Amino acid sequence: MTVLLKVNSVSKTFGGVVANRAVSMEVEKGTIVGLIGPNGSGKTTLFNSVVGYHPIDEGSIRFRAQEISHMRVPQIARLGLLRTFQQTRIYGGMDCVQNMLISRSMRKASFLELFHRQTGEGVERAENLLEFVGLYEKRRLLAGDLSFGQQKLLEFAMALMNEPEMLMLDEPTAGINPTLINGLIDRLKRANEEFGITLFVIEHNMRVIMNLAQRIYCLAHGEVLAEGLPDEIRNDKRVIDAYLGAH
Amino acid sequence: MQVSNNGQSSFTSKLMLYGGIAVVGLAAPLLFPAYQAQMAELWLFVVFALTWDLVGGQMGYNSFGNVVFVGVGMYACAVVQVGLYYEVSEYTDARGGGTEFVFDQGQYLTGLVAGLPVAALLAALFAVVLGALVLSLRGHYFAICTLGLGIAMGELASGWEWIGAGSGMTPAEPPRSMGNINRLHYYLAFGLAILTFCAIATLLRSRFALAINAIRDDEDKAEAMGMYTTRIKVTAWTCSALFLGAAGGIYGNLKRFIDPTETAFSGATIGVWMVLMAILGGKGTLWGPIIGAVVFQITKELTWTYILGWQRVALGVLIVAIVVFFPEGIMGRLKILFPERFGHRVETPDEAREEGR
Repeated sequence: MTVLLKVNSVSKTFGGVVANRAVSMEVEKGTIVGLIGPNGSGKTTLFNSVVGYHPIDEGSIRFRAQEISHMRVPQIARLGLLRTFQQTRIYGGMDCVQNMLISRSMRKASFLELFHRQTGEGVERAENLLEFVGLYEKRRLLAGDLSFGQQKLLEFAMALMNEPEMLMLDEPTAGINPTLINGLIDRLKRANEEFGITLFVIEHNMRVIMNLAQRIYCLAHGEVLAEGLPDEIRNDKRVIDAYLGAH
Repeated sequence: MQVSNNGQSSFTSKLMLYGGIAVVGLAAPLLFPAYQAQMAELWLFVVFALTWDLVGGQMGYNSFGNVVFVGVGMYACAVVQVGLYYEVSEYTDARGGGTEFVFDQGQYLTGLVAGLPVAALLAALFAVVLGALVLSLRGHYFAICTLGLGIAMGELASGWEWIGAGSGMTPAEPPRSMGNINRLHYYLAFGLAILTFCAIATLLRSRFALAINAIRDDEDKAEAMGMYTTRIKVTAWTCSALFLGAAGGIYGNLKRFIDPTETAFSGATIGVWMVLMAILGGKGTLWGPIIGAVVFQITKELTWTYILGWQRVALGVLIVAIVVFFPEGIMGRLKILFPERFGHRVETPDEAREEGR
């Protein structure tokens, strides 16, 4: 197994607040890795650091053995490392298909290709993926008119449209109707198996993450508290303490 | 964004629309020679509103500084027109008057033909340089910053002796033999408006349109999806500036006199008007700014004619009324009333209920 993402003793502080302290983790190609931890433990900060949203203070981040900690957000995205947001982000003033079309991977495209006339190219794929997440019927609705849960599904579909090598999902099930969660877990697994996308998932819902992930990291107070298989994490006393507040 | 295509009938109606506009546009100065200057101004306003909307409406970057490109184009064109045949500093020292600075028909036309492209390109260059500096700002900060740019440019022009400083500059005076020169200006303005419309309509059919719409809706998301947003934003502003520069060149000739703060870099008049026209007609639509420009110019000329002295007050009332009662504009209102015509489907309450939302 090759290591796709390697985070090596990354530290990040905001003023006096230490958000991440010497965090190290690895995500192997083709796997689903979970990231859990109490609120404020630095999970989203770590995601932001990885995708280049802000510079890190120390450490190194390598994607496909390439150092990316100095790169900017779009550059990293073009390498095939994509993230979705905790506060769902879609293009509200455009309809679902347009949202999908503009999310198409532009990795190989030159800047001038932006000015080519829109053709039907990509529409079929967009509609297939909308079907995949269950939004086909709503494809001509403005994305801003969708419910929150549907917007999350759309954001997921947009990420798939981009054909990333690795997808980092920040709380994919937060705010989703509990009856839809099983469907979403199923789709995440299929994205992993059928499209071969490596997933790195922040999740608070323990049932979801234990079902989904093959390996889990637990952050607390900005440091890696524990790592291991779902069963090991579930029974780890330090993790239970961190969640229940005894830490 | 586009009216749904019903094949033949849609094509015929489009042809009739464009044909009608062309006929009216070409015939207007012959039918109403007394209003040529106002109609020329109207076509320039169409250019102002269309180009403003590309950045302000489609991309969501409200700029109060597009007037910079108008002013740059105005001066650039005038300087080329004069500079081809005389020393610019001597010309401006003489305040553009006197008998020694005369232009014959050939010189006047050559000056325009050379001056307008220079105006367009210089304005575009300004957009590239300024855009790289200020387009990293967002929202209100960008709006305020561009407002400052317009004021700063006006002050700079007021202090530069070579182009006449505070006393302004007169573009080359056409010879009497050319008759009513407004007719030429009218057709130049009309041609530029058509060109601008075609360019923007083409741009809006490309993937670029989706990209700037995405930036309008959520720029962070667009970046996270791998878009080089700054590059796209600067490109959009540069496209605007290209046409605004040429429009400024024509506008200066139409006005016959360039005052640095009252005509060229006049944020309080055209700088605000172009925003107003786009909003009145409907931000983020292709036809909205055009409709807005027409309604605005007619209103402006009527108030100017019938309630002179109060015309600024009337415009102020119009601004307030639009912002309060009509924020989505004419086309925006139509889009809400008839979404199907714009290609968007809206769920009826019944459908929503069936799906148990």
